[in-house]
Amino acid sequence: MEMNRRKFLKLGTAAVAGLGAAAAVANPAVAAAVNGSYKEAPGKRSNVTWGMVIDMNQMDEATLSKCIEVCHKYHNVPNIDTKKDEVKWIWPETFEHLFLDEVHEKMGEKYKGKTFMTICNHCEEPVCVRVCPTKATFKNAQGVVGMDMHRCIGCRNCMAACPYGARSFNFKNPRDYLDEINPTYPTRMKGVVEKCNFCSERLAVGELPLCVEAAGGAIVFGDINDPNSAVSKKIAENFTLQRRTNLGTKPKVYYIV
Amino acid sequence: MIEKALVKRTTKSYWAWIVFLLALIAVGFAAYIYQMTNGFAVTGMSRDISWGMYIGHLTFFVGVAAGGVMIVLPYYLHDVHEYGRITVVGEFLAIPAIIMALLFVVVDIGSPMKLFNVYLYYTPHSMLCWDATVLPIYLLLNLIVGYSVLQAENKGVKYGKVIRGLAIFSIPFAFSIHIVTAWLYAGLPSRHYFLTAMLPAKFLAGAFATGPSLIILICFALNKLTGFDAGKKAIDRLATTIAYAYTATIFMVVCEFFTAFYSNVPSHKAALQYLYAGLHGHNQFVPLMMLFVVLAVVTLLIMIPRQTRTNYKILGFGCATAFLSMYIEKGLTFVIGGLSESPFGEIVDYHVTLPEVLIIVGIFAIGILLASILFKLVVVVKKDMDVNAFPQEDRAGLAARYLAEYNAANGIVEEPKAAVEEAAEETKAE
Repeated sequence: MEMNRRKFLKLGTAAVAGLGAAAAVANPAVAAAVNGSYKEAPGKRSNVTWGMVIDMNQMDEATLSKCIEVCHKYHNVPNIDTKKDEVKWIWPETFEHLFLDEVHEKMGEKYKGKTFMTICNHCEEPVCVRVCPTKATFKNAQGVVGMDMHRCIGCRNCMAACPYGARSFNFKNPRDYLDEINPTYPTRMKGVVEKCNFCSERLAVGELPLCVEAAGGAIVFGDINDPNSAVSKKIAENFTLQRRTNLGTKPKVYYIV
Repeated sequence: MIEKALVKRTTKSYWAWIVFLLALIAVGFAAYIYQMTNGFAVTGMSRDISWGMYIGHLTFFVGVAAGGVMIVLPYYLHDVHEYGRITVVGEFLAIPAIIMALLFVVVDIGSPMKLFNVYLYYTPHSMLCWDATVLPIYLLLNLIVGYSVLQAENKGVKYGKVIRGLAIFSIPFAFSIHIVTAWLYAGLPSRHYFLTAMLPAKFLAGAFATGPSLIILICFALNKLTGFDAGKKAIDRLATTIAYAYTATIFMVVCEFFTAFYSNVPSHKAALQYLYAGLHGHNQFVPLMMLFVVLAVVTLLIMIPRQTRTNYKILGFGCATAFLSMYIEKGLTFVIGGLSESPFGEIVDYHVTLPEVLIIVGIFAIGILLASILFKLVVVVKKDMDVNAFPQEDRAGLAARYLAEYNAANGIVEEPKAAVEEAAEETKAE
């Protein structure tokens, strides 16, 4: 049924295109319109690289819970509460877990136990993309590391490769663990890997990622290629940390501790 | 020729064995259906340990498949004639081993119906892609070469030049399958048990001990069951190969310990501590690793001295300990040990589940079934064509018995054989 409709649409599109081309040949005015130059949507530049600063002075646990809830609800992330099988895009993690190379024995509990927001780093040199055998995970032109869950075969090589534990596998049927389905975002089936996508579906239409909106200033998001962007200024003016920089992955998520 | 595996010289026990294996396969298949229906939650794998028993077994059986090259290489490149009788055993061992390895990949794939995306969206920067490339090629080469060599023997002719060329061509592929499998791990940052340039070499050395060990065990089993004689020279030479390869493997294990503990870098030590001594209260693999250590020492003590290595009763035991120890080190604990320390510095345990075990048993049964059919084929062909491969008493003894029976029945008294020989010698001297 699905294939039939697809074939029908393909055929239809081809027929319309053929008609259009025929019309263009016949009428120079139409030809000009057809060949007209493509303009990118306003506000969207080609050399954008999205990055994020999480200001832990402002990110309290209530804000973090809000970010998690909104994100997971919007993206139809299943609510599985066993540690073994859980799926998560944003989650809380202690300082010593997140920055395990920066922790020393005498570090005070105030820092050690502090809860940090954890999210995919959207690395500039993503290991997951390097190891994926089908390009189901990829880095797009804006530096966002995305997932094509239709193409993913579920080999979980990316999970073994990711040094940040950012990826979840659908060990169970995720649709059984959704209270409410957001019809504007696809649900998944069991046997595929998923993770945060920096809300690329929202970025595409000029909207900010949901967690950024929910965090009310605790997360600054923008183009880290533009030195005048709010995010670049925030990084330049504050002492920021990144997770496991010694691995050469070049994360694009920065933390103000 | 393949019909010989099924109809010629088949015994009741052979068919019982086949039926038993088919039953195990059915159980494994049922477990697989259960896994695919309920999701991978029914396995021991988790968000932190995303690869487990299946990928461990894949790694081990790629090694078994590669190990056969320790016969093929000397025979085709160095004209080691004593291996002539068993090259086909090496080639035929690779076939079930690779099929098992590939099946361990298939059962590990979360969405197997999309498996061929690997070829549809071929991605050379992924090591898994290379695995999916070299494994089928090596399988195909072994199928063609093994079958053609045996077919030639069946027809009483020598195999052709093309087959010899393909056999030589398969040698680098044998190495490549295990190198690529090692690179699957050795290029992952932050997994320090994996992240070592030593890994492909260690894998290959381990494979060159494991494969020949299994081949010797198979030769011994064939000898017991059918009287097949691999030849003392071949067995002794293969045992020497095991001695060197196994020693090299253990040396590399020791090297890993030295680097981790002398440098004292915590992340380098973590997996070794977890596996061999327990870390942060997690010690589930310690008994298994202690068994590995004991088996490794026993293997070295058997394989290195010539007296024990050439005593076939002890050698058989040594081959079993070599095989089992590498199965523990590479097949059972390597993958899980490497992933045990999560990216957050926590140690995560792995609890293998019943469906997982049944699926693994099912794949073992498939491999053993294929091996049984292939080696039966080898035995039947060799029994017909290669008289040296089986005890001569069979024919000579029977002839003498028939003669004696005929004489006894007809009351003919022959001169004793010795007297005839003496007479012959006397005439010679004259």
